[in-house]
Amino acid sequence: MKADASNFSRAMTGAFGATLRRDLLLSARHPGDWINPLVFFLIAISLIPLGVGPESKVLAVLAPGVLWVMALLATLLSLDGLFRSDYDDGALEQCLVSPSLLYFTVLAKIVAHWLVTGLPLTLLSPVLGLMLSLPGGYGTLCLSLLIGTATMSLVGAVGAALTVSLQRGGLLLSLIVMPLYVPILIFGASAVNDAAQGVTVGVPLAILGAFLALALALAPMGASAALRVCVDSD
Amino acid sequence: MASWQWFHRLGSPRWFYEKTGGWLPWLTVIALVLLVLGTVWGLAFSPEDFKQGNSYRIIYIHVPAAFLALAGYYIMAISGAVGLIWRMKLAFMVMKSAAPIGAALTFVSLVTGAIWGKPTWGTWWAWDARITSMLILFFLYLGIMALQSAFQNREAADKASAILALVGTVNIPIIYKSVDWWYTLHQPATLKLTSAPTIHSSMLYPLLTMVVAFYVFYVVVLLLYTRNEILRRESRTGWVRELVAKEGER
Repeated sequence: MKADASNFSRAMTGAFGATLRRDLLLSARHPGDWINPLVFFLIAISLIPLGVGPESKVLAVLAPGVLWVMALLATLLSLDGLFRSDYDDGALEQCLVSPSLLYFTVLAKIVAHWLVTGLPLTLLSPVLGLMLSLPGGYGTLCLSLLIGTATMSLVGAVGAALTVSLQRGGLLLSLIVMPLYVPILIFGASAVNDAAQGVTVGVPLAILGAFLALALALAPMGASAALRVCVDSD
Repeated sequence: MASWQWFHRLGSPRWFYEKTGGWLPWLTVIALVLLVLGTVWGLAFSPEDFKQGNSYRIIYIHVPAAFLALAGYYIMAISGAVGLIWRMKLAFMVMKSAAPIGAALTFVSLVTGAIWGKPTWGTWWAWDARITSMLILFFLYLGIMALQSAFQNREAADKASAILALVGTVNIPIIYKSVDWWYTLHQPATLKLTSAPTIHSSMLYPLLTMVVAFYVFYVVVLLLYTRNEILRRESRTGWVRELVAKEGER
């Protein structure tokens, strides 16, 4: 019994570790995958002052919301690739038929996705905040984006799995996932807003953390179910 | 066992089609009578509002539509879940039919809300908590319809949109609470729903009539959509061919 249990857990962690390592290696070999969302984030943020004018007072008011919306869009754009290449080359079917739990394989792919998109976006955000003359709350900006992008990767994975077998799934993916991002955006942006005005930010950050916990438990299951439906049927 | 028999019968689209064919005329008559009664009662006989005058009367369409928009999402999601769990063909057909009806009702409640907002608040659109929630609900409906139509394979389309509907169900309470919180945070004090929390019975009864009327009307429309969907999907089966042949002779 004991040997079984340890074998089982090794099989689980093995699948998780192997998938994570493989996906990170793939991203390292195709730097465009993770650089493009960052460049998108940078360019999109630079467009804001061009659109609304260079006055730092106006930009300071807009900064928290704009940074959050753009980070959301950059995450969305990167989601399409989450399962796409594995679906195209058949690796995804191997994951589906493998004896290890799909939950952990999917979770590993999501974690890898977050490490190469959400984390760099978070690290870049203070610089962009500076460019938009965000008056304060840089720590909160980083922390909220750190939690928020992870939740967005998890929730978005369900959408990515649902659209994986479609030829032009990218736009559809954005359509179905964006409404689901509303709560994350609300609490993330309001945390940064509060911090910029010097108010305590415990509540919105705690709620963001609760979203992350909920998404961590449920989203990989939803994504697994979606993959089984969409990959099997085509 | 006997109590489950009706449930197993529901698995047969033919049984459903034949049963509902008998109910449909009755339900249509009830819906029409209630709609006419509620409309005339609400628009002509209920008293004028103290503050808003006659413009409040749009409540008799706005509120029932908003009720059904939300209830329709749950009807859609629950039938999707039934389809996924018991692999029932009929449930997926109901789910697919519920999506455009729900989207239409959400749209109606948004538009009537805007029309009501103009004389009452002085603006067509305000980022009020309830309006925003309704707008996001509308987006959720659109997403499900888009996903449903994107698949070539019907089974994949059914199951994928059922999963999305369920994900949306988990999200709807969270979205509502978040939008509520977001709204109270911003507090645009100039705009407030002026209708008092307690509504006088002379206005309440026509409103309740309209709510019931909309529910019955919703059932009628859902049945019509679902019956169409049954015919479309079962068009190769013997009983549909017979039915069509019989209709043709008439």
